[in-house]
Amino acid sequence: METRSINIVVNGRGRALEVAVHHTLLDVLRDDLELTGTKECCLVGECGACTVVVDGRIVDSCLMLAVEADGAEILTVEGLAQDGQLSPLQQAFLDKGAVQCGFCTPGQLMAAQALLDGNADPSVAEIQEGLAGNLCRCGCYFQITEAVLSAAEGGHR
Amino acid sequence: MQTFAYERPATLAEAVALLEAHGPDARVLAGGTDLVIRLRDGSARPRVVIDVKRIAELSPTIREHEGIVTIGATTVMTDLADSKLVRRLFEALAEAAAVVGSVQIRNRATLAGNICNASPAADTAPPLLVYGAVVVATGPQGTRRIPISEFFVRSGVTTLERSELVVAVELPVPTSRTGAAHLRRTRRRGHDLASVTVCCSVDANGVTRLSYGSVGPRPVLTVDETGVLADPTAADAAKAPILERMFADASPSKRSMRASPEYRLAMLRVLGSRAVRTAIERLASDAPVEE
Repeated sequence: METRSINIVVNGRGRALEVAVHHTLLDVLRDDLELTGTKECCLVGECGACTVVVDGRIVDSCLMLAVEADGAEILTVEGLAQDGQLSPLQQAFLDKGAVQCGFCTPGQLMAAQALLDGNADPSVAEIQEGLAGNLCRCGCYFQITEAVLSAAEGGHR
Repeated sequence: MQTFAYERPATLAEAVALLEAHGPDARVLAGGTDLVIRLRDGSARPRVVIDVKRIAELSPTIREHEGIVTIGATTVMTDLADSKLVRRLFEALAEAAAVVGSVQIRNRATLAGNICNASPAADTAPPLLVYGAVVVATGPQGTRRIPISEFFVRSGVTTLERSELVVAVELPVPTSRTGAAHLRRTRRRGHDLASVTVCCSVDANGVTRLSYGSVGPRPVLTVDETGVLADPTAADAAKAPILERMFADASPSKRSMRASPEYRLAMLRVLGSRAVRTAIERLASDAPVEE
């Protein structure tokens, strides 16, 4: 089994790792770094449960080899809360009941946060497009959209 | 996932040498949105995976020089869709890039990967055909330029030689005013593969270029130079037989799970006519998409 050393920054913390070249970023986040907030689900890039932010852009971490992330800055759901305080988006998910079973929530949060970072005041259509790669089997789409709207700039709607 | 060796060449020459050395045992990794799935399910079993994303010559750049827009091989769909240059000159290509997969997929999927994967449903294929794209490929014998109309063979197969690598895609800047549109039919809104893709351009000289995919082993390009299709005043009855001839190369598979052949052919006609109308409207208004 071939391994390779990589340097990545995860949630602000630099990590020097020796990773198997056939392991995905998802494998390394969950198994090597024990950051199990990021979920494994479909493994074909359909469901978005494994969504993380790599160098400012969301990706399905199940479709990216860990070695490909060498040199990258990565944000996972564990990096959203600061000093034990939920981020405004996380709080909005709770307030709007956007979490039912919770399995898709980390991916939904990362996709929604990336959307808001690029568009402070998205429309419902823009939210739906931005989150089209994140499936929710509980069907909380309405509440998730409400949560993103309320966390958006203004947050008054 | 199965094990494999991983190579990350820094130069084009290194990458070509690796491809030559490993032959059929090597697979090229660009965005990985197709390859990593196949590595996991075992439908691809390379001994070596060659990651081309750190090769300077393939860098994700879009630039215009002497009437040609060159798009680096590793340019991702997000950047293609957002590029002001692409939106201004090749509106339908930007439209196609904007509907590939989801945001997560568009942030990784590359233009070269989309064409080399050679899926009949590849969203960028119809606009590349309509705009007369040229694939720049480098191999042990040097660099050659392959017209995109001679690139696709069937799903997963192109006319690329085994040790050749796509370096860039070139698009000639249209020499006359052009209106174009890309349309697709999917089973659901959002993240889905297309059951039918259509792209049409009309130019100020009355030439209509119509391309369609996902209705046969490879995307098809047809051209009408009679001026009838491009004529906003021509009757639908005059256009219908021309369109029928243009759709003659459609031969959708009976085995595809996404849609029946009958449905695809019916939707091809609907989307085809709609694409022609939209292209004519855009040529008339000459209003580029908002930037």
